[in-house]
Amino acid sequence: MLRFPIYMDNHATTPVDPRVLELMLPYFTDRFGNAASRNHSYGWQAEEAVDVARKQVAELIGATAKEIVFTSGATESDNLAIKGAARMYREKGNHLITVVTEHKAVIDTCKHLEKEGFDVTYLPVKRDGLVDLDRLRAAITDRTILISIMAANNEVGVLQPIAEIGKMARERGVLFHTDAVQAAGKVPFDVNASSVDMASLSAHKMYGPKGVGALYVRRRNPRVLLTPIIDGGGHERGMRSGTLNVPGIVGFGKAAAICREELATESARVTGLRNRLSDGLRRELDEIYINGSVEHRLPGNLNVSFAYVEGESLLMGINDIAVSSGSACTSATLEPSYVLKALGTSDELAHSSIRFGLGRFNTEEEVDFVVQKVSAVVKRLREMSPLYELAKEHEEVKIRG
Amino acid sequence: MSYSEKVIDHYNNPRNVGSLPKGDTAVGTGLVGAPECGDVMKLQVRVNPETGVIDDAKFKTFGCGSAIASSSLATEWLKGKTLEQALEIKNVDIVQELSLPPVKIHCSVLAEDAIKAAIADYKRKQQDGQ
Repeated sequence: MLRFPIYMDNHATTPVDPRVLELMLPYFTDRFGNAASRNHSYGWQAEEAVDVARKQVAELIGATAKEIVFTSGATESDNLAIKGAARMYREKGNHLITVVTEHKAVIDTCKHLEKEGFDVTYLPVKRDGLVDLDRLRAAITDRTILISIMAANNEVGVLQPIAEIGKMARERGVLFHTDAVQAAGKVPFDVNASSVDMASLSAHKMYGPKGVGALYVRRRNPRVLLTPIIDGGGHERGMRSGTLNVPGIVGFGKAAAICREELATESARVTGLRNRLSDGLRRELDEIYINGSVEHRLPGNLNVSFAYVEGESLLMGINDIAVSSGSACTSATLEPSYVLKALGTSDELAHSSIRFGLGRFNTEEEVDFVVQKVSAVVKRLREMSPLYELAKEHEEVKIRG
Repeated sequence: MSYSEKVIDHYNNPRNVGSLPKGDTAVGTGLVGAPECGDVMKLQVRVNPETGVIDDAKFKTFGCGSAIASSSLATEWLKGKTLEQALEIKNVDIVQELSLPPVKIHCSVLAEDAIKAAIADYKRKQQDGQ
């Protein structure tokens, strides 16, 4: 039985796993205590639950519990990591390096720091979406204090070579932060194997609740210090004041534990679904183009451009499927996705792109429905497209000529 | 993005999709917009040489639902109009009829441009023919 609309937008958010929700619920009611309350069992109970969750989140990424700072989500984590490190290590240097395809939470944080007098290098990416390691190496100067490069891209699902980046940063004595929101829990991610000094995580991208995230902050070799961006009661080792979101953190911990236990089977299953979708669409349609590296890619991501069809009109035709488009027909600037542009995708094909994000709860039956539905609508819209007509005329001329 | 019922209706049941023979002297073709901006409209009119009335109109559009609806509506309105009457169709009329939100006004502007371009092409053909 299919349930509509079919959800294939798992990069935007994921549903809370029922096993996660079940564990969270008592922390809204019976166990509502403040984890910072030292004098009674309500507080101890909450603190204990947070400790368990902290360990679970740490284990997912090969860290220790003390290295996890809970936040309101990955946007805050990115802000804390980048602003916190930049301000803390300003005397060492004022240069930061990031990449043009980063999430806005990183890009806009870097732009903010430029106003504070920091210099930021925004590295381009190659056609496949990967950062060029030689260019990165060449960009590092004696004044560089931080490199921030995401583990997996939210639009095209491309996996950056973070182990190589981490090694390079370590050799040059530069801190390495990675936005691992899309990667953690989906592909193996270990802060020690990749020499990561800070990593941003989000619960709601891994079947946990919204409104809770974490920043991994390395404690040894090197010990990373951050200037807090929120002042207050000194929670989270002084790095993030504010009463802990205990139910959210409990859910985050459980979500991380499930991802860790099921990562191998789940990534294999989701990769299978993604390939079934990709193969099906390519069987039904000509002139479709996958954006970004196929090899270095998240299991659940398929970002594809359907030539001669505008993305928003395609979304309108497939309104029983929840996906997103790289077309920005609705934005005031009419600019298509900056990520696709950075990959060198033409504006025309960027306007024609759809991002499918498959996840834990998708089924083969759903994939088969999506293949049929998308193919039918693309064919219909191509029959209405003057560009398709022109291309076909051009082809005929070529054949006749 | 939520669309008005009329936009959805034109999107699901577009009127007058297709092409008229470009080479025909009675046919005027307007091709406006740019693929890199996400909107291209081809709008064609066929004019009855006896009466000067548009007796057929066709469109093909690459663009969002509002762009498709704007051009579909334009072809509906064009049929049975003289060229002078056709040139009186303004983008605001399309905005009103389809309840287009502010971010979609450019779709209606493009449809008006397409009408003008098709009529200009027709008139050029008549002059060239003389």
